[in-house]
Amino acid sequence: MVKKIDAAGLHYTPLNRQVREAVAAGEDEIVIEHVLGQRFIADGLVGEVTLVVNGVPGGDIGMFMRGPTVVVHGNADHAPGNTMEAGRLVIHGSAGDAVAHSMRGGMVFVRDDIGYRGGIHMKAYNARHPYLVVGGEARAFLGEYMAGGTILLLRRGSKEPFAERGLASGIHGGEIFVRGEVDDGCLAVGAVKKSFGDEERAGIRPLIEEYCRHFGCDAAPLLADDYTRIGPASARPFAGKYTWE
Amino acid sequence: MVLGSVPVKYRVTIDRDRCMECGRCIENCPYGTFRWEGDKITAVSRNCTACHRCIAMCPRDAIGLEERPVDYRSHPVWTVEAREAIFNQARTGRVILAGMGNAQPLPSIFDRLLLDACQVTNPSIDPLREPMELRTYIGKKPKRLEFSRTGAGDVELETKLTPNLMLETPIMIGHMSYGAISLNAQLALARAVHKTGTFMGTGEGGMHPNLYPYQDRLIVQVASGRFGVGIDYLERGAAIEIKIGQGAKPGIGGHLPGEKVCADVSCTRMIPLGSDAISPAPHHDIYSIEDLAQLVRSLKEATEWKKPVFVKIAAVHNAAAIAAGIARSGADAVVVDGFRGGTGAAPKVFRDHVGIPIEAAVSAVDAKLRDQGVRNEISVIASGGIRNSADVTKAIALGADAIYIGTAALVAMGCRVCGNCYRGLCPWGIATQRPDLVARLDPEKEAVHVANLIEAWTLEVSELMGAAGINAIESLRGNRDRLRGYMLDEGMLEVLDVLPAGA
Amino acid sequence: MCGIISVVDRSGAAMDGARIRDALAMMNERGSGEGAGYAVYGAYPEYAECYALHVFFDNIIETKAALDTLLETWGAIVHEEEIPTYEQPHLKKVHTPWRYFFRPDPSLMTGTPSPEEDIVTYLVMKVNTAIPGTLIYSSGKNIGVFKAAGWPEEVADFYRIQDYKGYIWLAHNRYPTNTRGWWGGAHPFNLLDWSVVHNGEITSYGTNRRYIESFGYKCTMFTDTEVVAYLVDLLARRHGLDEGLAVRALAPPFWDEIDGMPEREKNLYRAIRLTYGSAMMNGPFAIVVANRDGIVGFTDRIKLRPLVAAEEGDRLYISSEEAAIRRMAPELDRVWMPRAGEPVIGRVR
Repeated sequence: MVKKIDAAGLHYTPLNRQVREAVAAGEDEIVIEHVLGQRFIADGLVGEVTLVVNGVPGGDIGMFMRGPTVVVHGNADHAPGNTMEAGRLVIHGSAGDAVAHSMRGGMVFVRDDIGYRGGIHMKAYNARHPYLVVGGEARAFLGEYMAGGTILLLRRGSKEPFAERGLASGIHGGEIFVRGEVDDGCLAVGAVKKSFGDEERAGIRPLIEEYCRHFGCDAAPLLADDYTRIGPASARPFAGKYTWE
Repeated sequence: MVLGSVPVKYRVTIDRDRCMECGRCIENCPYGTFRWEGDKITAVSRNCTACHRCIAMCPRDAIGLEERPVDYRSHPVWTVEAREAIFNQARTGRVILAGMGNAQPLPSIFDRLLLDACQVTNPSIDPLREPMELRTYIGKKPKRLEFSRTGAGDVELETKLTPNLMLETPIMIGHMSYGAISLNAQLALARAVHKTGTFMGTGEGGMHPNLYPYQDRLIVQVASGRFGVGIDYLERGAAIEIKIGQGAKPGIGGHLPGEKVCADVSCTRMIPLGSDAISPAPHHDIYSIEDLAQLVRSLKEATEWKKPVFVKIAAVHNAAAIAAGIARSGADAVVVDGFRGGTGAAPKVFRDHVGIPIEAAVSAVDAKLRDQGVRNEISVIASGGIRNSADVTKAIALGADAIYIGTAALVAMGCRVCGNCYRGLCPWGIATQRPDLVARLDPEKEAVHVANLIEAWTLEVSELMGAAGINAIESLRGNRDRLRGYMLDEGMLEVLDVLPAGA
Repeated sequence: MCGIISVVDRSGAAMDGARIRDALAMMNERGSGEGAGYAVYGAYPEYAECYALHVFFDNIIETKAALDTLLETWGAIVHEEEIPTYEQPHLKKVHTPWRYFFRPDPSLMTGTPSPEEDIVTYLVMKVNTAIPGTLIYSSGKNIGVFKAAGWPEEVADFYRIQDYKGYIWLAHNRYPTNTRGWWGGAHPFNLLDWSVVHNGEITSYGTNRRYIESFGYKCTMFTDTEVVAYLVDLLARRHGLDEGLAVRALAPPFWDEIDGMPEREKNLYRAIRLTYGSAMMNGPFAIVVANRDGIVGFTDRIKLRPLVAAEEGDRLYISSEEAAIRRMAPELDRVWMPRAGEPVIGRVR
């Protein structure tokens, strides 16, 4: 059964209250229409529900979320998937800065581009492992401070090497895969290129396939292409910074 | 008048349980503090300068040192220093010579200035993972730029920039001449500035050929004695500094005693072996500001306008107006040396009583230059008593483009600030020309220490900037809004153009 | 935090203020109800040749005569009136907004290529520093700034902003930090032709203020945004930099980027950083600046604040949030996020 909510002119608090009530009532799909600028959609939401968001949501969609799948038909604002714990966020469009900030589990798929500081401070722990998959471009400081998890940047439609500054600056855990070449000049402190072999290719295969399933594109060329794999030089990039008093 | 012996300044003790009579202290002390008495080493405390060389070299930590082991009757006015100075002058009838910087217990303004940090309204920046720019250009900047458009619509820069020095850190090393310090010391400094992308001054002692490989990072100095100055010397420097005065002894000249003028110093300075090298108080071709402009231009003309020319003055009461005059002279940078500036030798009365603090001077200079609309005409370099990265940051926030360190670099090489530089017996091989002492300083090793210091301070400055939400040093320069005064009086706050803490 | 939105119609067609009111109010999450404002270009076609001086008087009885006298000394008051306002339940009218249409006498200011503008700048600085209870907050030709302490919709209704028409609109929803929510502290800030809205905080304010004051400007509004208006006036009007270069002076490329440029560009950007280092703005910011020819939006060099641009036919929008733009224009031809420090320029043809 599909529950519909009209968000036109609705503040996010009553909107989220309606969502939570629907989840509590056992709805397994909720469609929110006419979304325009409402922040914190599905903030802290727990459950096995699917939310379809039609419109342009405000920032922090899916923040602290554990479990639900949120599908956005429109561009997301800043920090979708902020500190998200589990579930899926599928954005049919682009997203703003700090996508997947401090994300600790679940998956975020962005069809097009993301802004600055994508995947900043993503982290993994035991079984929790966050994934950020971006179809288009990412701006500077991608994977900054990254402590764990996986970022896959497909750069569909781009041929030039990736050249945004501050890539993986301060990375001390996790991995970033960028389709094609990465300009050495954009690798920031603590980040190194690592080998990309069959094992790694197999590792990102399900991510590519799922991306293509969500957005209806052909996985074959993406699977066939080469990727640059970037990881931390050390788990303690700043260990040499201090001396004792 | 009969005056008894003055009590010892330091008491040196030897822990008999620890001493293994190896004799290293005897070898290492050029002042003769230690000697054999039979098979035992004894200390003659009266000879000690607290240079710590023996302590550093003793393999068993057997040497103890105590300052002022003999009490005087305490008196708030007739301090020990006041009484001992009188004893000395009563005995000799002479000017008291002293080394290093001002030794008066005056409060430090730097220590009463507190830096800012971001909370909430703007984010701090972590310099280890976000870009942080400390690159500094020293030299004249245009007041404005002129552009034209090409036929294709491209912007064409019409303004021609004059030469600037490019520094990767705003920390430079000030002028300490060959003669005042040893060649090994200069070599260590030169290697350090090469490694860290900054510059150092040669001092007024000319440039020894061993420094030629580093000349693109050396600022040559033209002082009133013109020692070592020739067209070849000027051509070698990355920049040229005219020294008018220095913070440790404003208004007077300098004097390198003949015994320090060894063969090498003699040839570098271009003066006869063993003769005194006397720098007059003023330049005798500069009796007024327009004469300074003439010297600036003649140096530029001689070097085909390829080199920035700095003018160094001591921070005196009217420093701001003097700097404004210098800005109009064609000079590219003014160095303001505060009253805590160091020296190898200065009359104690000058070192301790003439000049003003660099904090006040640099603030006044920056404000005056802005007020007169000539701030872009000239860079401001602050020096004199910069002890740590906080001092660097505060000096820049008060309006300096860059700073010079002197004593701090020497301390990095081993100097313990014993203040006996003028005796030429520096046990660390720094302020001496005695070959055996000079050989104690390993230029390779000490270059690493000095470079480490500059790198550590540079990192700390960038951390402080990042905490204040600033990622380029241009935005720190003169940004007194990011300082607050603590326990400073209203008048001083006004001079500094800084608000009190809490405001 | 603050929210900004602006629009230019590049064909010069006029838009009324109704829709920008709603768009700005959409970003109330970014404000605190202590300041909002609107700037409209093309507001006063009937007095297009006069400088429209908008003034907040604390009270008219004590302070207005001094300003009248000063204006008459420096030129002619062509027309003056109280700016019509309409009582709002939660907006306390603490000032009387007034407008003068003023024609300066250029013969009274010598030694400058722009005597009229210099007279107006002088008057703004003088009045705002020397005449207590009087604040000139808008001084351009055919431009009007309307602002007060309140929520965007209250301020809009207070002035009936829908009654004004123009080809450029700038609007700002304020969350004050450094200064109280007073009327003068609300954005947009304006000087002559230049208006500015700003989201963020300028950590280099102390440097920028001292720099700009050495060119005769006086910062009187107790807020960092004011300095942006003066910096742009200095760079663009007095030093003749075009919009792109002015932005590059305010938010320059990093040295490592400059080092990697081709020779000619490298020299250009190096010269800009060297010459205008003290004008460079630091800290998190997103800014839109307007003059009669168009708007330009840009962010700080490491993109610490959001900025979205969009196009719909002749209209170019720049805002903190896409949703606000879509509130004005649901169907957009193109939406994009400009790069850090990269100017988005919308020029009137």
